[in-house]
Amino acid sequence: MKTSEIYKKEYDVIIVGGGATGAGTARDCALRGLKVLLVERNDYSTGATGRNHGLMHSGARYAVTDGESASECISENMILRRIARHCVEETDGLFITLPEDDLEYQKTFVEACQRAGIRADIIDPEEARRIEPAVNHDLIGAVRVPDAAIDPFRLTVANLLDARMHGAETLNYHEVEGVIINQNRVEGLKLFNKLNGEHVEVRARVVVNAAGIWGQRIAQMAGVNISMFPARGALLIFGHRVNNMVINRCRKPANADILVPDDTVCVIGTTSDRIPIETVDDMRVTREEVDVLLKEGVKIAPSLATTRIIRAYAGVRPLVASDDDPSGRSISRGIVCLDHAKRDGLEGFITITGGKMMTYRLMGEIATNAVCAKLGNTAPCVTASQPLPGSEEDAPSQSDATKRYSFGQRAAIGRHGSLAARIEKDNDIDNALVCECEGVTVGEIKYAVHQLHVHNLVNLRRRTRVGMGTCQGKLCSCRAASLMGEFRNDVKGAQEDLAAFLDERWKGMRPVAWGDTLREAQLTAAIYEGLCGLDMAVNMEGKEDVQ
Amino acid sequence: MAERMQSCNLSEHNFEQCTKCSICTTVCPVAAVTTDYPGPKQAGPDGERYRLKDPAYYDKALKLCLNCKRCEVACPSGVHIADIIQHARMRATLGKKASLRDTMLANTDLLGTMANLVAPVANATLGLSPTKLVMDSVMAIDKHRTFPAYSRQKFTTWYKRHAAKEQDAYRNHVSYFHGCYVNYNFPKLGQDLVKIMNAVGYGVHLLDKEQCCGVALIANGLYKQAKRQAHTNIDNIRKAVNTDHRTVIATSSSCTFNMRDEYPSMLGIDNADVRDNINLATRFIYNLVDEEKIKLVFKQDYKRRIAYHTACHMQRMGWQLFSIELLRMIPGLDLQVLEQECCGISGTYGFKKENYERSQAIGAALFKSIEEAQVEAVATDCETCKWQIEMSTSLPVENPISVLADALDVEATRQANGIK
Repeated sequence: MKTSEIYKKEYDVIIVGGGATGAGTARDCALRGLKVLLVERNDYSTGATGRNHGLMHSGARYAVTDGESASECISENMILRRIARHCVEETDGLFITLPEDDLEYQKTFVEACQRAGIRADIIDPEEARRIEPAVNHDLIGAVRVPDAAIDPFRLTVANLLDARMHGAETLNYHEVEGVIINQNRVEGLKLFNKLNGEHVEVRARVVVNAAGIWGQRIAQMAGVNISMFPARGALLIFGHRVNNMVINRCRKPANADILVPDDTVCVIGTTSDRIPIETVDDMRVTREEVDVLLKEGVKIAPSLATTRIIRAYAGVRPLVASDDDPSGRSISRGIVCLDHAKRDGLEGFITITGGKMMTYRLMGEIATNAVCAKLGNTAPCVTASQPLPGSEEDAPSQSDATKRYSFGQRAAIGRHGSLAARIEKDNDIDNALVCECEGVTVGEIKYAVHQLHVHNLVNLRRRTRVGMGTCQGKLCSCRAASLMGEFRNDVKGAQEDLAAFLDERWKGMRPVAWGDTLREAQLTAAIYEGLCGLDMAVNMEGKEDVQ
Repeated sequence: MAERMQSCNLSEHNFEQCTKCSICTTVCPVAAVTTDYPGPKQAGPDGERYRLKDPAYYDKALKLCLNCKRCEVACPSGVHIADIIQHARMRATLGKKASLRDTMLANTDLLGTMANLVAPVANATLGLSPTKLVMDSVMAIDKHRTFPAYSRQKFTTWYKRHAAKEQDAYRNHVSYFHGCYVNYNFPKLGQDLVKIMNAVGYGVHLLDKEQCCGVALIANGLYKQAKRQAHTNIDNIRKAVNTDHRTVIATSSSCTFNMRDEYPSMLGIDNADVRDNINLATRFIYNLVDEEKIKLVFKQDYKRRIAYHTACHMQRMGWQLFSIELLRMIPGLDLQVLEQECCGISGTYGFKKENYERSQAIGAALFKSIEEAQVEAVATDCETCKWQIEMSTSLPVENPISVLADALDVEATRQANGIK
């Protein structure tokens, strides 16, 4: 549907926020037959959804401190293994006790896991060293739990795809400028189209605020108050996997105590710092954060000390103050769903917040229940049983793929599951690799650009992993930019996009720019600035950060 | 602080040092002729990241790698790209049985032993078109290939009968690793070496026991056998070096490279204590001349035009210079050094039917430059390059040692070195 037609339509529900929660809510609403519009100010999964560990918690981490979250996690964990197979890698996880940790805590931990319904098997340290050779060999205790790795970008896209297949519309790069209220009833939103500079309005019977940490601003526009407490966490990405299981420290949650194998890389994190709400858009990682992450990380897996760090990034957890304690001392990590009619006397407005990426589906279900209650829709929720697009029962598996497909095609199946069938692969050009680090073909780029709402290279990266390998876009970004320029018949635009993309990559490399990562960055600069004069061709001064 | 903790990045075969500059892919002879092979960068360091995630990402295209090591020579970051690829192949084939064809091609010494016994029959049979057609269709050994002719007498038999007893009389001594080719196919090369070394005052001895170096076994996935043979060889080399105080020299660049570099990297065999004493004959002789320990005197009337082809493994060792400079010592020799290009055979690779066309495409530029060089013969340190060039051009190919032996005035050299 054309964007201009979307503006004219009357929706049952508009969801604000294109993270996992918004996408999950949109899918649930669409599956229950509602007319749905989702709006996102940047690209999908640019907030906390795309800025975490990529860890599919078993819930074990929360078992001791927050039994309710732990139970939610294990239940969602089991659901996601079924409905989102192509986004999940079933790695299992270890909770290790190091000599400096108290082994007594292991007992408390295992009991708490059992109470929450999480399988937790104490295993011999020797067995832990055998099944995960990267683990610190000094460990004195280990517990095996059903942790896993999950790709939040794919997960979000799969939810959006399913929502669209069921009639939902989605708009990215549309920022909310105001909430249209008529006689204490929210009737729609004023939006700013960042792609063409237009100011527009969209209308619906209910608006769901699923904007994560930015939900406080959305609420303010509607004249209601929510107190968010942003907790910032920084993470480091290593150039390749050192571990094939998730490794956690078996102690009270602290800095840098989880190492997750994500796709071709591994990620250590996180730090945790309260920050003022005004600074949530500043995602620069500091020197101190890098130091803490590496210092603690090597305790989990000593080889991290000699493994190349390719990137640092940070995200903000959207923690919410409990409603009965506006001071913020009592902060919930659980899911918060606010019906503002009951709470603030404002009809047609619901906020879904708190929670975790891990529980996005449950948050979607809770929010959709609240929407349906308002609209008198009685359809049941099916998101826990119906597989996401790409994860259907007959989706190809990795081992089967080995025999029949090329490397790039297999990498694509790993990313898109059964949807990889939509990728063109009939000739040498379509099968040619654009991104050699991550195995992304020309065919996959075409698919992403034409079917997955890609406006720029950063969007493309989130859909395909272009530029996420160790060269951070050195080779692939130029090829990908050339393809996008060709599709759009816009060379100048492609050049600007290329420059912006390389700039965005450098930002993440900068906090860890030494050794081979620095050599890599210098070669990139030499090619694009020294050789191609990209900085002369494109003036980046005053350009907004590409999201 | 973090920067100091990360003073170096350590990874197997330095794969983390790759900055994706892609120079390796630009020099890869396979990537140059086919789109089926993604090139060393992708097959090596890039693919390795996926294989670390899940071995199922092993790409069968890696079989197309020649293991010529040109990528490693070109890499500005010291990444052992070909080793990464070979190890991935090794992991992928572990526990799988090699085909009859690959086993046959890889067991150069077994085949040689049997063929020597029936050399006239074997030569005639292997050369017959019906045999070739059967090998082509049943064994998938390409019909264009001619197996090198087998000698009626093994080098070792000749040595024991005609050379062994004189060797102790010399002042200095070396051990000679003759390899399968000299032993079964071309004893003359070994005889040439004995002739030269004796003329400069060196006795030539065999190792107590020598087995095929195993380069073809490694290439065909027969790692267990390769390891057994490598242990035998290194044990015997160790005895020659440590007990008899002899340098071990070879006339085959591939045997030399395999024993020095592939034993530790591919088979995990520690040869550090003897590696420096495994040498190529041309390099050994060049250095003796350079250090003025020996003198070479050449025939007055000698006149020849020869082109030198650098074998890939020579280039990896960086030793082509020694062979070239040694040949340049021959006053009557007009030596033309060819551009360093792969001939495409890569040991047993080119014998396989599925590789034949690619093998010839890779060598095409080299063949053309040889035909245009207007020389009488080509010199190269590798026997499989010899087969390939002889099959694909009109010229004969010789080892530099044979060229040297041919040009050498043996009597004058003996006198110059004070040998009676």
